[in-house]
Amino acid sequence: MAATEQTIKQVNTLGDTDYKYGFSTELDEIRPPKGLNEDIIKFISAQKDEPEWMLDWRLNAFKIFNKLPKPEWAKLNIPEIDYQDCYYYSIPKSLKDKPKSLDEIDPEIIKTYEKLGIPLKEQKMLSGIAVDAVFDSVSVATTYKKQLSDLGIVFCSISEAVKTHPDLVKKYLGSVIPVSDHSFAALNSAVFTDGSFIYIPEGVRCPVELSTYFRINAMNTGQFERTLIIADKDSYVSYLEGCTAPMRDENQLHAANVELVALDNAEIKYSTVQNWYPGDKEGKGGIYNFVTKRGACRGKNSKISWTQVETGSAITWKYPSCILQGDNSKGEFYSVAITNNMQQADTGTKMIHIGKNTSSKIISKGISAGKANNTYRGLVNILSKAKNARNFTQCDSLLIGNKCGAHTVPYIESSNSDSMVEHEATTSKINEDQLFYCQQRGLNSEDAVGLIVNGFCKEVLQHLPMEFAVEAQKLVAISLEGSVG
Amino acid sequence: MLEIKNLHVSIEEKKIIKGLNLSINKGEVHALMGPNGSGKSTLSYVLSGKDKYEIDDGTIEYNEKNLLELDVDERANEGLFLAFQYPMEIPGVQTSFFLKTAINSKRKYLGHSEMDALEFAKLMKSKAEELNINTEMLKRDLNVNYSGGEKKKQEILQMSMLSPKMAILDETDSGLDIDALRIVSEGVNKLRSKENSFLVITHYQRLLNYIKPDFVHIIADGRIVKSGDYSLALELEEKGYEEISKSA
Repeated sequence: MAATEQTIKQVNTLGDTDYKYGFSTELDEIRPPKGLNEDIIKFISAQKDEPEWMLDWRLNAFKIFNKLPKPEWAKLNIPEIDYQDCYYYSIPKSLKDKPKSLDEIDPEIIKTYEKLGIPLKEQKMLSGIAVDAVFDSVSVATTYKKQLSDLGIVFCSISEAVKTHPDLVKKYLGSVIPVSDHSFAALNSAVFTDGSFIYIPEGVRCPVELSTYFRINAMNTGQFERTLIIADKDSYVSYLEGCTAPMRDENQLHAANVELVALDNAEIKYSTVQNWYPGDKEGKGGIYNFVTKRGACRGKNSKISWTQVETGSAITWKYPSCILQGDNSKGEFYSVAITNNMQQADTGTKMIHIGKNTSSKIISKGISAGKANNTYRGLVNILSKAKNARNFTQCDSLLIGNKCGAHTVPYIESSNSDSMVEHEATTSKINEDQLFYCQQRGLNSEDAVGLIVNGFCKEVLQHLPMEFAVEAQKLVAISLEGSVG
Repeated sequence: MLEIKNLHVSIEEKKIIKGLNLSINKGEVHALMGPNGSGKSTLSYVLSGKDKYEIDDGTIEYNEKNLLELDVDERANEGLFLAFQYPMEIPGVQTSFFLKTAINSKRKYLGHSEMDALEFAKLMKSKAEELNINTEMLKRDLNVNYSGGEKKKQEILQMSMLSPKMAILDETDSGLDIDALRIVSEGVNKLRSKENSFLVITHYQRLLNYIKPDFVHIIADGRIVKSGDYSLALELEEKGYEEISKSA
């Protein structure tokens, strides 16, 4: 049997049970009826005890959402989404009166996170990483809060920030992603439930990795994450998000908005390991992941770096972008996107060069297996004032088997003759001779594929925080074992 | 150690090996010589289990096992090693990491625990020194931007670290300068023992000046046409393949 054939066979035998985060937790939930309307939005706002300005902001976003068409540019086959057939809010009953300490949290929820490898109890907390855990529509707990607040760092759920830091939220929420940007952005603005809020004060270098762990548990429930990170002058923060969901036959919607703001000399490093349930191999079930992530390098010499490892979801639609406003600011995008079976991904970035001497770097690695389709779509836009702007883009695609597809769609718009834009792209198939070579050295075929693919992704994986790089390597191998990789 | 009987192999309907017999005992070094297209490399691929080769007839017994029933990685972990004529490049994978993965795959297969980082580093350093390999090279991606000589030395390093029972060297001498040839040969000679065996495939008698074989076989058109001791290699050098094959 040919090596690739063998690999494809392994991919096909990948049972649905190989998604190890596919369990669900039995809990009583508070849920308003299905459907999307003003009453639901008022219900969400009331549940969160929000001030009036926040409710008004949401209702305005809902009006805009109703007017906007669904974005159509991606090379994706997105089934018609019935927004009325979805729950927009779900929280475990036990979290209604926000627990004051971890001892008051339902042990079932603590156990869920432990099973996911995210201990919340103080004695077991991950060293060097502060975690905000979001369960369906609500933040469960945030670790290391006290230590961070001593430095003036605010790390809490966005719901809490609306109440405790309304000025910052009012000033920055929607300032990077306008509500009217596109319909998913507007939808999120209307019904967002929870997510993280981070403020790093001037001159502070955040000593630990800040991290959010998103978990969708309830059935038929959309998760609308909203994250806002502000790095004040001369500050630094590294943030990581992880995501999983139970295996369910129906599709679930995750529409997130993430906004980053970096002021003068500030740096934000944002890493994602996305492992939402991808659906079974016939394409049944799985998460629709429609995510808008955008960072504004507002200050001079500021830097925003996105690193993503996308292995899950039935459909991934995601373009973490940088708006390089400040002179000398830098944007980076490092991406590994793996699709297997019936998964579809259309992902990439936008680098908008506005300030002088701005530079950006894009490294994208797409891996397709099974019958999956993987598209890189990126825009490099250099405006007329961006003197001496620089961009380097490298897009590599790796195909496993002969039923999958890889597509690269780069857009380059330059209105400045001083700028320099480079684009390199390659597409290759996993090489049978490489596999044979590894196997002749004693590696089984799954390990051989994992090794080769990890080598292919190395340039990206090495940008992940150390603790997660190892996990990500395993994940890459598993999803290819499971998905070839 | 290795017993090949009446082996017939074809690729895409084309017969390459036509009734080959070869028996290699523990501790023996056999040289297989032959002109281009005689089936030398095919034999090395068939022994290591590469796809696409159709075994039409015959048996191969290896250490009392039916070799043809084992997967590629099982053969490797049972101690069969192929030093490639053209070692593969694997971008993004550090050579030392690859070596460690290979060693631990074997240990796992044999039911041993993984080799710890320190023990591995020591082993790698001492073996690399024996072969005159700069350990800096092992930090680079596997075979990427290695010269022809570096690639071959690297193969021999892998061989010495995995200490196989049966090693097949497929034209390891091709593309080597005299110094590299000597170093590579010394590496092989250090591994020679009563416990392991070698099959050295080559075009030229030159390599056999350094690695002295116990037996020399001449292959032509998919069969071994003549066998003898080291003097056969010298005779071949003198007369050429055509004449030797004719007289056979």
